[in-house]
Amino acid sequence: MTAARVSYDEAMEDFDPVFGIEVHVELNTKTKMFCGCANEFGAEPNTQVCPVCLGLPGSMPVTNEKAVESAIRLGLALGCSIRESSRFARKNYFYPDLAKDYQISQYDEPTCYEGSLDVVLDDGTVVEIGIERAHMEEDAGKNTHVGGSGGIQGASHSLVDYNRGGVPLVEIVTKPITGMGERTAEVARAYVATIRDIVRALGISDGRMDQGSVRADVNLSLRAKAPAGEDQDAVPFGKRSETKNVNSLRAIERAIHFEAGRQAALLSDGKPVVQETRHWHEDTEETTPGRSKEEAEDYRYFPEPDLLPVEPSREWVEELRGTIPEHPAKQRARLKDEWGFSDLEMRDVVAADAVPVLIATVEAGATPQAARKWWMGELARVANDQGVSLDELSVTPAEVAELQSLVDSGRINDKLARQALQGVLAGEGSPTAVVEARGLEVVSDDSALEKAVDEALAAQPDVLQKIQDGKVQAAGAIVGAVMKATRGQADAGRVREIILQRAGVEG
Amino acid sequence: MSSLERSDVARLAALARIDMTDDDLDRLSGQLSAIVDAVAKVAEVAGTDVPATSHPIPMSNVHRPDEVRPSLPQDRALAAAPEAEDGRFRVPQILGEEA
Repeated sequence: MTAARVSYDEAMEDFDPVFGIEVHVELNTKTKMFCGCANEFGAEPNTQVCPVCLGLPGSMPVTNEKAVESAIRLGLALGCSIRESSRFARKNYFYPDLAKDYQISQYDEPTCYEGSLDVVLDDGTVVEIGIERAHMEEDAGKNTHVGGSGGIQGASHSLVDYNRGGVPLVEIVTKPITGMGERTAEVARAYVATIRDIVRALGISDGRMDQGSVRADVNLSLRAKAPAGEDQDAVPFGKRSETKNVNSLRAIERAIHFEAGRQAALLSDGKPVVQETRHWHEDTEETTPGRSKEEAEDYRYFPEPDLLPVEPSREWVEELRGTIPEHPAKQRARLKDEWGFSDLEMRDVVAADAVPVLIATVEAGATPQAARKWWMGELARVANDQGVSLDELSVTPAEVAELQSLVDSGRINDKLARQALQGVLAGEGSPTAVVEARGLEVVSDDSALEKAVDEALAAQPDVLQKIQDGKVQAAGAIVGAVMKATRGQADAGRVREIILQRAGVEG
Repeated sequence: MSSLERSDVARLAALARIDMTDDDLDRLSGQLSAIVDAVAKVAEVAGTDVPATSHPIPMSNVHRPDEVRPSLPQDRALAAAPEAEDGRFRVPQILGEEA
């Protein structure tokens, strides 16, 4: 049964929203958090498992140093303090995807705490989001429900693949975010997008929400609006719901819209909001109740006896601080100025995830406009056809810059450059090698061009007459014929000059 | 003095999925209380100059390099499973909630 709800706008008119977001980031380490099993998506089920991640008796976890490094770098990028001594804790609960019946996480001593992150909205407004903590933990396995409609309801039994069990995660928890009013959904979306951009810029995760590499849980509550002139912060928070696994940017906005409308309808009706976990349904864009929210004490956290404290030296932390890239939104603003792109051009480049390849192409010597032309044009089409991202294409930014330099030097024209690019993508070698092997160079030898022009003019005497009568634009037909005869390898401008010379008229 | 109520033990037993009879609860709430009280006494004795510790050996930062080690083959991973299907562990119907 669909719950009664009002529109998001109505909810925002009548109530003051408070929200918080937990983001889980799957790290792209080669191995799992506590064992040497490969951390790779898409393998055959239960082929990346060992006694440690299967929770077999007597096995002992050992921390992955790279995962610790990634967690600290992420914490630093979020402006967090890095605890001098932090430890792991066991979070105890029963679920089939949790082999050990506890998850190794961090509880009272997370490695990263007390940070803040600037989030830039589409209109340029900057919102500062408080970060409560960022802690390390391990992922669970994957359940597949069999029978029924494939969901958990009506399933006859379930099957578990533990390949993902033990994959390193960093969970980032915000402080309660207040005062956003009707911009709540927009801020929530922008926050998660910023986290995604940061983990990509750090190179610690592929940030792919569609593959679950970045997952968000959205907490939302509504409270009464303070009477005019009174302090809104004096009004206590309402009961919150926690919507789990909201795994796309659009879904984050939609989930907040739905929850705000649902809670507002209950409160307006004098009914209580139940503090609970809710599930997000991508198809209907609705949430449904899950279990009542467990209290932290139900998890019976206690220090993990099998792992030693993590005590990163201050020198190491400072060294890692030196590797933190520029904030993605600030970098974009800077690049837009440096590159001289319009708002629209920059937005398209960002939307296409083309910023890193453009930076590399410009560094390799191409102009920003040339880099943009290739990556947002021909290469974007090829990437789309192949279903891969730009950086997965079999052409490097340096090769794109090389291709453009061949055009700039006049060795090839744009049309030949596209053919050369096909060769590079097909694995035929560098742009220069493809141009040479395929014989793609522009015919710059005037005698060859003159011969081709003479032949074309002889074949179309009426056109020659028109040109001589002053209809210079008629030369286009001859240019076309010459380009055809030279298989596109002529410089069209030069061909035109020769035609006009031959016709005895001035261009 | 009992620091642990019978209802606390019943709740813990439920969370830990341990089936306990009324007799078990009576007996264990007494025993567990004695343990909790003994630990509380230690806390009283320890002064503020003694930091709480979770690990008796003063060691930290024992990490391993991020290098792949062989995993178990699938058949061995599943060898101890009561039931398996399609290379996966087969478990009874999960009730109550979605993952």
